[in-house]
Amino acid sequence: MGNVINSAVASRPPKRTDEEKNVPDTLPKSKAVAEPKVTVSNLNFYYGPKQALYSVNVTIPQNKVTALIGPSGCGKSTFLRTLNRMHETVRGARLEGEIRLDGEDILTLDSTALRRRIGMVFQRPNPFPKSIFENVAYGARVNGWKGNQSLSELVESSLKRAACWDELKDSLHKSAYALSGGQQQRLCIARALAVDPEVLLLDEPCSALDPISTAKIEELLFALKSSCTIVIVTHNMQQAARVSDCTGFFLLGKLLEFNDTVKVFKTPAKRETEDYITGRFG
Amino acid sequence: MTRYTWRKAVNAVMLTSTGLCALVAVSVLFFILGYLLWYGWRSLSWSFFTQLPKPVGETGGGMANAIVGSGKLLGLAAVIGIPVGFMGGIYLAEFGGSTFPFLVRYTADLLNGVPSIVMGIFAFTVVVLPMGHFSALAGSLALGVMLMPIVLRTTEDFLRAVPDSMREGGLALGAAKWRVVATVVVPAAFRGIATGMLLAMARVAGETAPLLFTSFGNRFWSRGLSEPTASLPVMIYTYAIAPYDDWHRQAWVAGLVLLSLVLVINVASRKILARSQ
Repeated sequence: MGNVINSAVASRPPKRTDEEKNVPDTLPKSKAVAEPKVTVSNLNFYYGPKQALYSVNVTIPQNKVTALIGPSGCGKSTFLRTLNRMHETVRGARLEGEIRLDGEDILTLDSTALRRRIGMVFQRPNPFPKSIFENVAYGARVNGWKGNQSLSELVESSLKRAACWDELKDSLHKSAYALSGGQQQRLCIARALAVDPEVLLLDEPCSALDPISTAKIEELLFALKSSCTIVIVTHNMQQAARVSDCTGFFLLGKLLEFNDTVKVFKTPAKRETEDYITGRFG
Repeated sequence: MTRYTWRKAVNAVMLTSTGLCALVAVSVLFFILGYLLWYGWRSLSWSFFTQLPKPVGETGGGMANAIVGSGKLLGLAAVIGIPVGFMGGIYLAEFGGSTFPFLVRYTADLLNGVPSIVMGIFAFTVVVLPMGHFSALAGSLALGVMLMPIVLRTTEDFLRAVPDSMREGGLALGAAKWRVVATVVVPAAFRGIATGMLLAMARVAGETAPLLFTSFGNRFWSRGLSEPTASLPVMIYTYAIAPYDDWHRQAWVAGLVLLSLVLVINVASRKILARSQ
């Protein structure tokens, strides 16, 4: 069992960009020096009378990839959606506690301003029924684009950041629906990046994709963490081990364990964590 | 008779009787269409589309004023009914809570079932009585009020069919709710909504009862919207009950033209919808 996990941790995607190589080694050893980006304290969350999260306390480090794992219905997606207040679209949802982004209470921010700073990519690719160009430009358009770049430069740079410029540059004005699932998901990542978010939340972004598309997206996360903080919910243990610096394990609405990924996978502090990551229950 | 043959016999009887009923139901359309074609086609001529009705006793003439009048009534009805139904449908699907939308939906369904002549009485009371005369405005109001609940419900239904993930995608980019609705959700559902609008128009295009005592009728061109205005359905009614053979012939032609118009709108809008899926 130890071998499986070791190899999972070690098997990062083979291709790494030059830029990435120059970044100081970001293996989780250095977690202590990482700046906190999002601080959650005493978070309780309810859907109507049903409590979904129980006093969650966690600090998400800046410019790291944080993975959230746990069985279905354990509250990890719910937790993710509280970070950019997407839970407010659900009627009867109620939140107690405090979430701070760079020290600012997110509940005091305007929700649209907050979501500009904390982007989100969903489980199923959800491109708009528009052209590829218009999909990427959407966030800029609704936020009153005033950058120095022209809109087409922004679209180009965003698609490049999401590593799909070369594939898509010749079909920018085709419908986004004509793309494959993996391309659509990377388009959705490009769309989120075009707003230049400080934090990017990904809710099981690869669960509807094949292994090749999954590998591409994992590679992308490595390149992205130098410019933004990433939180990813995943059902795939290997994926969490491969891509993340820190891992949180949710069970029945509680955050049971949160630590460096290597520690969580090699020497979990809780019995339940070990049982889950070794597949002994589910 | 064995159990098996009995079952086979019952099966055959049921199959035949249900099949026959289905055949009767669809053959009505072809019967009407054939009848109209038989009687209408022979008298169909250019003058029907270009000339005014001739004075009583003279043969010939056409219904140009009724064709234009029907267009005018429908156009104004669309202006009255479609924006209200469309915006109301957006509210119900996107912004409403739970109690108010329930009431609105229920009321819209009731309104949909109100006999069209009652709509005529309504328009008669609020427009014709105060103005003191029949007008295109009154007829359009009656038709517009009929359009409203149909457009409202189809708009709501097609918006609800847009997956929530689309709305979340927009919201997650920092767009305000109204913006997501206007730039993502409505465009995604637009073909369906447009089809619903066209079908609603096709439905009220043939309404006679609400026009009888609102737009009334006119044997000449009507100017503006405040004069009594001719329309195809009312012309058919007047000509069909008149004692002149020539008028009967023209009523057949008018019926054929009206039915073709409605069929064309129907088929076209279904084509539009089919292409979006």
